[in-house]
Amino acid sequence: MTTPLWRTVFSIIRKDLRAELRSRELVSTMVLFALLSVLVFSFALELDRTARQEVVNGILWVTLVFASILGLNRSLATERELGGMDAMMISPIPRMAIYLGKMVGNFLFVLVVGLVLLPIMTILYNMVLIQIPLIATLILGVFGLASIGTLLAAMTAQTRSRETLLPIAMLPVIIPLLLVVIAAASTVLKGDDAWNWIAVLGLVDAIYAALGLLLFEYVIED
Amino acid sequence: MTEQPRPLIEITDLVKQYDVLPVLRKLNLTVHRGEFVALLGPNGSGKSTLLRLLCALTRPTSGEIRIGGWSLPKEINAVRAQIGLVSHKPLFYENLTATENLTFFGRLYNIPATELPDRIRQMLDEVGLIKRAHDLARTFSRGMQQRLSIARALLHQPDVLLFDEPYTGLDQLAGGILDDLLRKAHQSGRTIIMTTHQLERAEALVSRAVIIKKGVIGYDEPINPANPPNLVKIYTEVTGMVNAL
Ligand SMILES: Nc1ncnc2c1ncn2[C@@H]1O[C@H](COP(=O)(O)OP(=O)(O)OP(=O)(O)O)[C@@H](O)[C@H]1O
Ligand SMILES: [Mg+2]
Repeated sequence: MTTPLWRTVFSIIRKDLRAELRSRELVSTMVLFALLSVLVFSFALELDRTARQEVVNGILWVTLVFASILGLNRSLATERELGGMDAMMISPIPRMAIYLGKMVGNFLFVLVVGLVLLPIMTILYNMVLIQIPLIATLILGVFGLASIGTLLAAMTAQTRSRETLLPIAMLPVIIPLLLVVIAAASTVLKGDDAWNWIAVLGLVDAIYAALGLLLFEYVIED
Repeated sequence: MTEQPRPLIEITDLVKQYDVLPVLRKLNLTVHRGEFVALLGPNGSGKSTLLRLLCALTRPTSGEIRIGGWSLPKEINAVRAQIGLVSHKPLFYENLTATENLTFFGRLYNIPATELPDRIRQMLDEVGLIKRAHDLARTFSRGMQQRLSIARALLHQPDVLLFDEPYTGLDQLAGGILDDLLRKAHQSGRTIIMTTHQLERAEALVSRAVIIKKGVIGYDEPINPANPPNLVKIYTEVTGMVNAL
């Protein structure tokens, strides 16, 4: 009776991509915010070469975190406004599919922001950020943000003060992710081998995703 | 004596409480397959709440709901595909066209890909939206949105129709179209529970009228469409025109 999981997940991803390609509401807001953020940081911090090397990852990830919060709030708001989430909830699909579909969409949108930032920050901070291990860190880090962020956004979307609540809920929860991401990225910029850290990052992702898969159906029940 | 078939919908001692005051207080109601029930009551009497409980969008505080023998909300999965809901919210996406919206929901209901485009076209034609099939839902007027909501609710040909004020925003023409759609659904044996404040309309369509009063059923009688009772009068008597708020 229930529609197969993967068919549903793909339908939800397709729906979100299609709506986003048309309106560009999410990605354009996030990209604009991210560009302004790195620009402001570059003016605010007068940095010599070593100092820059130390903070550039911090700037990238603080920016990505806040951009993703913007995007996640928006992504769940579109589901609430006209009742799209209710419509999915009453249809014969596994609850997990809603999580996976929304999560993959959010992952792709935030990844776009990251991929826009890398070359721009390379120029702005005069540092080579386009390296395979850094891109791997970006992909896994954004995946972590999207997987735990989708869960928390679904949760806070139920509450009255949802827009303000998401950062408060999300920032503490992603501290482990940020620690590992920064460790991996700094190692890369120092010219050392970072694949151990990247493996740990994969582990953190797996834990976040497992939490999302397990808890999502409980947080969307009202 | 013939055995009475088991009711399709059985609601026993249903309590729903949002904050402090209960909205539904031990409400009992059974609906048999093929019935067309008008669910009436003043603003805030709990009609929408009851419909949301029936599709497990919200959980009962206590009491039991069964549809087709399945207990809600635990076993809702068994009956989800059989329920079609029109709610106060449009239940679609404004940045998708009418066709894209219906395609998305058709897929969620596992309608075969070979059948889906035809069914969507037919559905949009029936609700009079075929000319706007490829326009974004955000460009629709209130009534057009309502038509799309109705198309979405009927697309998967559900057995149980839960329609919450489906006439809201519809013009004369669309109202007439909905009358026909509901009549057709009723004739083909579907079970319908519809809330509405248009009592004359209900009189002419439904097979049973139920009025919620103070969280329980205050009136429940079959209706003979050939000789309908005066629902306006009954409604006024039952509710006493009290304000439920
Ligand atoms: N999500 C909610 N949170 C808190 N209270 C709610 C919620 N939804 C409904 N209520 C309350 O429950 C009561 C019944 O509301 P409901 O929407 O079911 O009424 P209704 O009969 O559909 O009214 P109307 O004719 O205006 O559509 C109201 O007092 C309302 O304030
Ligand atoms: Mg209502």
